[in-house]
Amino acid sequence: MNAETGYNFAYLDEGTKRMIRRAILKAIAIPGYQVPFASREMPMPYGWGTGGVQVTAAILGRSDVLKVIDQGSDDTTNAVSIRAFFARTADVAVTTRTREATVIQTRHRIPEAPLHEAQVLVYQVPIPEPLRFLEPRETETRQLHALAEYGLMHVKLYEDIARHGHIATTYAYPVEVAGRYVMDPSPTPKFDNPKMDDCPALQLFGAGREKRIYAVPPHTRVRSLDFEDHPFRVQTFDRPCALCGADGVYLDEVLLDDAGGRMFVCSDTDHCEERRADGHVGMEAAHA
Amino acid sequence: MSAPLLQARGLTKHYGARLGCADVSFDLDPGEVLAIVGESGSGKSTLLSLIATELQPDSGHVAYRMRDGVMRNLAALSEAERRALMRTDWGFVRQDAAKGLRMAVSAGGNVGERLMGAGARHYGHIRGTALDWLNKVEIAADRVDDPPTRFSGGMRQRLQIARNLVTGPRLVLMDEPTSGLDVSVQARLLDLIRGLVAELGLAVVIVTHDLAVARLLSHRVMVMRAGRVIETGLTDQVLDDPAEPYTQLLVSSVLAA
Repeated sequence: MNAETGYNFAYLDEGTKRMIRRAILKAIAIPGYQVPFASREMPMPYGWGTGGVQVTAAILGRSDVLKVIDQGSDDTTNAVSIRAFFARTADVAVTTRTREATVIQTRHRIPEAPLHEAQVLVYQVPIPEPLRFLEPRETETRQLHALAEYGLMHVKLYEDIARHGHIATTYAYPVEVAGRYVMDPSPTPKFDNPKMDDCPALQLFGAGREKRIYAVPPHTRVRSLDFEDHPFRVQTFDRPCALCGADGVYLDEVLLDDAGGRMFVCSDTDHCEERRADGHVGMEAAHA
Repeated sequence: MSAPLLQARGLTKHYGARLGCADVSFDLDPGEVLAIVGESGSGKSTLLSLIATELQPDSGHVAYRMRDGVMRNLAALSEAERRALMRTDWGFVRQDAAKGLRMAVSAGGNVGERLMGAGARHYGHIRGTALDWLNKVEIAADRVDDPPTRFSGGMRQRLQIARNLVTGPRLVLMDEPTSGLDVSVQARLLDLIRGLVAELGLAVVIVTHDLAVARLLSHRVMVMRAGRVIETGLTDQVLDDPAEPYTQLLVSSVLAA
């Protein structure tokens, strides 16, 4: 207990953290399997990352360096709040630099800079069950996972192609982990799916409202589901980042004025800033 | 005389103190159509659920000849085996199409689901097969991407049939497949079922309260009353010359149009 703030280290009590760590260990042992855990009330609303925050609280140590991103950005409300929350309750160092961080909590993006062995990526997950929208019964989805009956997942992809001519799912694109469990990668764009495959960093997923934790251990095979004649493909952009000129990164559309002016910039703000610091200049860098 | 495809022995089910069905035994040969008739509450649907392994019997068992020719007690199958059997070698056409279909998924997806469940991963092939089956059940190809919510009652039943038959099952269970449809639609559906059953050599257990359906489709009839089988025999024989007073009553209760 910190006498000054009145909080236990990283907000949660030690018993709760131990319970969450047990769930995390189990999740790592069974890659892609959704482990139930006794999710706590957190001082934030559901949907704001209560699952991710609990996972982060359970794994955070005094020497950790924390980075928090929301849609790739370090300076949006959610990211700033969670970073401030842990700076206050755990007194850990915080950063916006992907490379310097040891724990990265994320909502909806995987950083562009390659992750390494000493890092843990913590995802905030709203709906952990990839089969949920096709099969509303939890008893049945558990049964389907247990028996590895994943035909239903392909029904969803079939529907996409039938309606749109291609697999139109662009986020929360289902993946098969280690050749066994099908998993929802949380609402990250499918652009980031390939980064999950054989990733050197540990990936942990926390869903607070749904009370589930799952994991992808380092260097695990993560395969995006597809059809033989409609193979998995990521989004591509027809232009580089307007600020740093980066190619092959995920871009956000930013409106500039009421006349419909807009530009496309890196969604990963840290990646963009580091590139500009290195002297890379995009077409519309003057706007920044 | 071929070996039976399905064997039911002494099937009994109570709901608390009430009797669902008692001591029902029968054999079903490959390609044979058996109708279970009786009034509401006579235990027909309980019996069908027991056969379909959706209910556990209090006593008795159901055995089925698997594709490898071995007779297996269904209660002894692992859950994975049981489910695989249900979605490949068996079909279940339900009275309420909303229970047998995925109402939010297109017709093509409904038909394709079993194929994908069996491991098909080629979109073009799945769609081709789905279109082929929609054609067989007389659903126009341009409806392939419509969800069943936009289908009429008769079309929904035909879609259920396509969805069930796409994996080439050997046994299909049907629970009042034509009830709730108007007579001309009923007639076309019965015609379709009769054609497919004959063409594919399907074994069928059909539950119906409509004796005309039983007469049109089935080879054999089992008459149930208060949970027990009271009469069984060839369809024409039972319906033309019923032995039991209750069956006589049933037969004579049919209104002539």
